[in-house]
Amino acid sequence: MIETENLTKKFGGLTAVDGVSFGVSEGEVFGFLGPNGAGKTTTVRMLCCLISKTSGVARVGGLDVGNDGDSLKIRKMIGVVPDNVGLYEALSAYKNLDIYGRLYGCPEARRKENIQRLLTMLELWDKREVSAGTFSKGMKQKLAIARALVHDPLVIFMDEPTANLDPEASKTVREFILELKKEKRTIFLNTHNLDEAQRICDRIAILNTRLVATGTPEDLERMVGSRKVVVKVERVSDIMLDAVQKKFREAKISVDGEQFSVELPDAEMRTPDIVQVVVQAGGRVHFAGVVGSTLEDTYLKLVRQEQ
Amino acid sequence: MRLSQAWIVASKDFAMFRKKRNIVYSIVILPLMLTGLLSGVVWYIQHKGSGPVSPAELAVLLPAFTFFYLIMAGLIPSTIASYSIVGEKVEKSMEPLLATPTTDGEILLGKGLAAFVPAIVAVLGSSALFMGLCDVSSVGTLGYYFFPNWSAAVVLFLMVPIGVVVSVEWNILVSSRVSDVRIAQQIGGLMLLPYGGIYVGGELGLIPLGNINDLLTITAVLGFICLLMLYAVQATFQREAILTRWK
Repeated sequence: MIETENLTKKFGGLTAVDGVSFGVSEGEVFGFLGPNGAGKTTTVRMLCCLISKTSGVARVGGLDVGNDGDSLKIRKMIGVVPDNVGLYEALSAYKNLDIYGRLYGCPEARRKENIQRLLTMLELWDKREVSAGTFSKGMKQKLAIARALVHDPLVIFMDEPTANLDPEASKTVREFILELKKEKRTIFLNTHNLDEAQRICDRIAILNTRLVATGTPEDLERMVGSRKVVVKVERVSDIMLDAVQKKFREAKISVDGEQFSVELPDAEMRTPDIVQVVVQAGGRVHFAGVVGSTLEDTYLKLVRQEQ
Repeated sequence: MRLSQAWIVASKDFAMFRKKRNIVYSIVILPLMLTGLLSGVVWYIQHKGSGPVSPAELAVLLPAFTFFYLIMAGLIPSTIASYSIVGEKVEKSMEPLLATPTTDGEILLGKGLAAFVPAIVAVLGSSALFMGLCDVSSVGTLGYYFFPNWSAAVVLFLMVPIGVVVSVEWNILVSSRVSDVRIAQQIGGLMLLPYGGIYVGGELGLIPLGNINDLLTITAVLGFICLLMLYAVQATFQREAILTRWK
């Protein structure tokens, strides 16, 4: 649904996005992670045909970004939630959506139906005649999301949709994004909220002007270090450690007080076997579980390497 | 260029203006105050002045007063156009608008219409009231209805509309450089100076305003300025420039 190849944007001498290549499939939630100034918003603006690309190729829904003839078609098939909600604060919630429905050429009957459905889903229907300026941040964010969806877009670009929201509002927005995922819409999510990315996204790309890494959240977690099985026992003994080492020759074992960790590939799959070996060696297991590098570890390591 | 898209942008702005008291005042109160003042002067000099005004003096004064509506044409759009564009910048609503399947030209036309339509209705409506009131109060002195006449028609139906368009263009250019509605209005309002200059120049005999040909010449100059500014506005109102370079 979205493809880029060596997508680059320069502002004078400053390179904001440098040779970025990735693809997003239909119905996928794709997270774009990166620090401030990494080029996330610039990338979204290029894909939404809001600013031109300096070089490279980008396609949305098979249409060429940068081709004047395709720009209007692309903008018609996408919905955009910018980092600033940008509502018409003097106008009612309903009027805000109605204007955008008209600008997107949505027929009146469908427009009315969509507005009612979206405002109801986002618990704003009762406030439809209230000026958007009186809304809380969370309500404004929800209204901005509804505005991006009023014309039933195939692709939705969201730029920091939960930034500055309180935990409850963030949760509502996240749940709504998951609802959209069920509807098989393609969602491109710009965020620097790692927890949010991990919970929502099918795949994540880490950007720091250049694309640093791409993969599922699990792939990225594994990227900077293997996972370990941590076993907490009543007492660590040499017999127990030897037995584990004998069974898993490639394992790297380290002891820390009353627990030891076994670093090896496919740690999750091997946890029961490790526990069995420890028990057979006379150990009494209090806890066994897999720990490893988190998405945050990966993100920080990759971004710092780049910097 | 789809007029329907431009009209949606304009109608959105109209809906916003109705909620903004200062815009309603500038569209309704200001022209009515000017009309009341000018009509009052015309009535006063005939009925309460130091001596009765002659028909010849009145026939010079009345067309001169119509130029105040050209000055008004420079002033009213500054309130509307500056809010229409700087207001969007302040509310950060330009990006979602630019993300819709609407071309730069359609948005520009919509913004232009949003400033042009109320301004022209206000100026022409109040000038019609002025002419009616002046006719009623001056027919006794002149022996005929002074308005309508060709000079007033040229001023009101050619100079004023072009004047409004130039003012809208000027305000769009100003709006691209400032991020505060009041500053935009103050700088945009400077447009009344050249229009006031035409009136003062005419009164001082520096600019000939005596006959239709003189008025048409000034109209042609205004039209030329209008085209030059349109070129500048089109160059300024570019999607990418709005998002990355506008203040």
